[in-house]
Amino acid sequence: MNFLSKENGILSWLLTGDHKRIAMLYLFSITFFFFIGGALAGLIRLELLTPQADLMATDTYNKVFTMHGVIMIFFFLVPSVPATIGNFLIPMMVGAKDLALPKINLLSWYLYMAAGILALYTMATGGVDTGWTFTTPLSTHYVNNNVLTTGLAVFIAGFSSIFTGLNFIVTIHKMRCPGMTWFKLPLFVWSNYAASILMVLGTPVLAITIVLIALERTTHIGVFDPANGGDPILFQHLFWFYSHPAVYIMILPGMGVVSEVISTFSRKRVFGYTAVAFSSVAIAIFGFFVWAHHMFIMGISNYSVIVFSLLTMLVAVPSAIKIFNWTFTLYKGSITFETPMLYAFGFMGLFTIGGMTGIFLGTSGTDIHLTETYFIVAHFHFVMVGGMLMAFLSGVHFWWPKMTGRMYPEKISQLAAVVTFIGFNFTFFPQFILGTLGMPRRYASYPPEFQVLNVFSTAGASILGVGYLLPVLYLTWSLKYGEIAGNNPWQATGLEWQTQSPPLTENFPVTPIMDHDVYDYEWLESQKAKEVASV
Amino acid sequence: MTTNGSKARKQKRLRVSDSTANPHGAPQAEGHAHHAHPPYLRHHFESVEQQADTTNFAMWLFLLTEIMFFGGLFTAYLIYRNWYYPAFVAASHQLNIFWGTLNTLLLISSSFTMAMGVWCAETRKQSGLVLCLILTFILGLGFLGIKTIEYSEKIEKHHVPGFHYSLNSFLNPDSDEAAKAAGDKPLPLDMARHTEVYFSLYFAMTGMHAVHMIIGIAILGFMIFRARAGAYTTGHVTFVENFGLYWHFVDIVWIFLFPLLYLISRHAN
Repeated sequence: MNFLSKENGILSWLLTGDHKRIAMLYLFSITFFFFIGGALAGLIRLELLTPQADLMATDTYNKVFTMHGVIMIFFFLVPSVPATIGNFLIPMMVGAKDLALPKINLLSWYLYMAAGILALYTMATGGVDTGWTFTTPLSTHYVNNNVLTTGLAVFIAGFSSIFTGLNFIVTIHKMRCPGMTWFKLPLFVWSNYAASILMVLGTPVLAITIVLIALERTTHIGVFDPANGGDPILFQHLFWFYSHPAVYIMILPGMGVVSEVISTFSRKRVFGYTAVAFSSVAIAIFGFFVWAHHMFIMGISNYSVIVFSLLTMLVAVPSAIKIFNWTFTLYKGSITFETPMLYAFGFMGLFTIGGMTGIFLGTSGTDIHLTETYFIVAHFHFVMVGGMLMAFLSGVHFWWPKMTGRMYPEKISQLAAVVTFIGFNFTFFPQFILGTLGMPRRYASYPPEFQVLNVFSTAGASILGVGYLLPVLYLTWSLKYGEIAGNNPWQATGLEWQTQSPPLTENFPVTPIMDHDVYDYEWLESQKAKEVASV
Repeated sequence: MTTNGSKARKQKRLRVSDSTANPHGAPQAEGHAHHAHPPYLRHHFESVEQQADTTNFAMWLFLLTEIMFFGGLFTAYLIYRNWYYPAFVAASHQLNIFWGTLNTLLLISSSFTMAMGVWCAETRKQSGLVLCLILTFILGLGFLGIKTIEYSEKIEKHHVPGFHYSLNSFLNPDSDEAAKAAGDKPLPLDMARHTEVYFSLYFAMTGMHAVHMIIGIAILGFMIFRARAGAYTTGHVTFVENFGLYWHFVDIVWIFLFPLLYLISRHAN
């Protein structure tokens, strides 16, 4: 008996309050949207195979990259780790029976689906071509009315994200089991806590910004319209006040996954646990004070540029703390190379490159040359795809045995991890070079001398596509044919591993008591010794 | 965890709260496995106190998101008021202070009746609770009624931003009663046009506030029926309390909106 087999029928899923079932619903949904966004990315890369705009009209190209951005950011990256793995694991990691507000949790999935369907409807009825940034006055005065439906979709998806974040914060504060003090929380919980703070504080600002855009389009009020004395730069400020922290909403939960995986597969407590925990909170706090680095060339004052440039450099500090501490965790550990670990290594390497190139863009002098080129495209894809997506896949593989009770096939998944890594570098590394050579982003055509690197990039994208399809195939296969996993196949220390796989609906047969330290592998050994002795 | 067997299964902890986590369980809870559960205790909470604590905390967090939501509007207001102060002063003279003050009174009274309602629920006075909720409901409706009167005044005078917006009251204050009464001087055309930004913000801010009022009144209507059925007077007051927090929040937003929109420069007169 477990949470999957307890009840059957479609309604038992659609009306469930169980965080684990909602996590599964989310997992299916975001995978679906990921492949739609991926297909759009494929179209972009195909178009850029040749210097001319020949596959589609330039206008269609604009719509394709806009929808690619909207779907990947709001319907994949933001909910990816928190709403699936986090939803499944946070109650288990803190030793609770469920998230604090199960109905709100289910509501958040329904809102997500409603928003997603609205976005797809927009796409089917002609799409929107503002770019995912909805820049005014383009979005308020010039392009077609699909801005409204897309905006509404993002608005609703925002509420879904707010509810997830709110639920996590409340659960982590109020639902911890006896003995689970703040500094015994797994780092995955810490990083999701930090991301939740960003969701709760940032997303409402995006919501009101979208409301103002909708009002400006429909009733012609003049908050952002210079003709009425409004200021389009105010829109930029409000938009990036959410959308920069959103970057950390996307990456922080991934960092949590990597902390868990690195500790488990090097059999060591995470080096400097407290520093890593607080670095998540520090990223969340600093993340709110760097937004104007997206606006260096938008007409903000020189003083703002200097201040925001400096603040941007500060975010590098907690990010570097994480990378260094993971490296120190590996030092003298008993490292094994299971698939989650391979993905985690991928994350560390690619996120480091993505982060370091962020320094180039946070420095105002180089930013003026590099912004709006492929350099910036490569930079955020290194962080988002190379970082976050690797972490997501790492987490899915790591907790797959817990979620489904089955092991995935190890050899082929290791292959998929390597293919993804190679494909990723082929796709996006050439874009750094293209950017420094001056190829602007968001155009369907480009000068012929850039073609060789673009062909490289498109070829890499097809390898990357194979890398993403493989897990879908073998993970589905493993649902039925995978080896039975057992409770704790990785010999990991988290509370979630101390109960059966897949877990009971109420997670634990009795409320657990956290009487040992977090990442305490000696405690785990002693538990095993006890079990052997009792037999 | 599972090795403790049936003994551990009987263990039932009374309370798991934020700072009092007890690593070895609460021994006094032993043997209380079958004590009565009130029907409103949901399965994933250990105790009624934990449930009330949790939902309360969630409500405060939700209000925090609401502050950020209105925060975007207040930021826009702050910036434009600094840039276009004369336009904001002249435009604010077009608002009706009498209606605004009356509405402030209505809302503050409704917060009082709501607070009384929470007290009635806590002390299990059913008829008192119903009365308080109905009074809050009526006061809320009254607020929206007066808001409608104010909005229709704006429509009549073409002060709604958009195609029909008229600058007449600001270019020729003598032709406008309200402007004349406030002793406004004619604004230069450039500055006069910025009154549209003021009214954009006026409608956006009071409109968002009104949307929150409408949602609140709808929930109040639902609560009146539930309260008459005795739902909140059996000890389970969390819902009433949390709604009270929401209602006071909406009230407080108005307490900020009133001086910012109606009372600019009034101290000089």
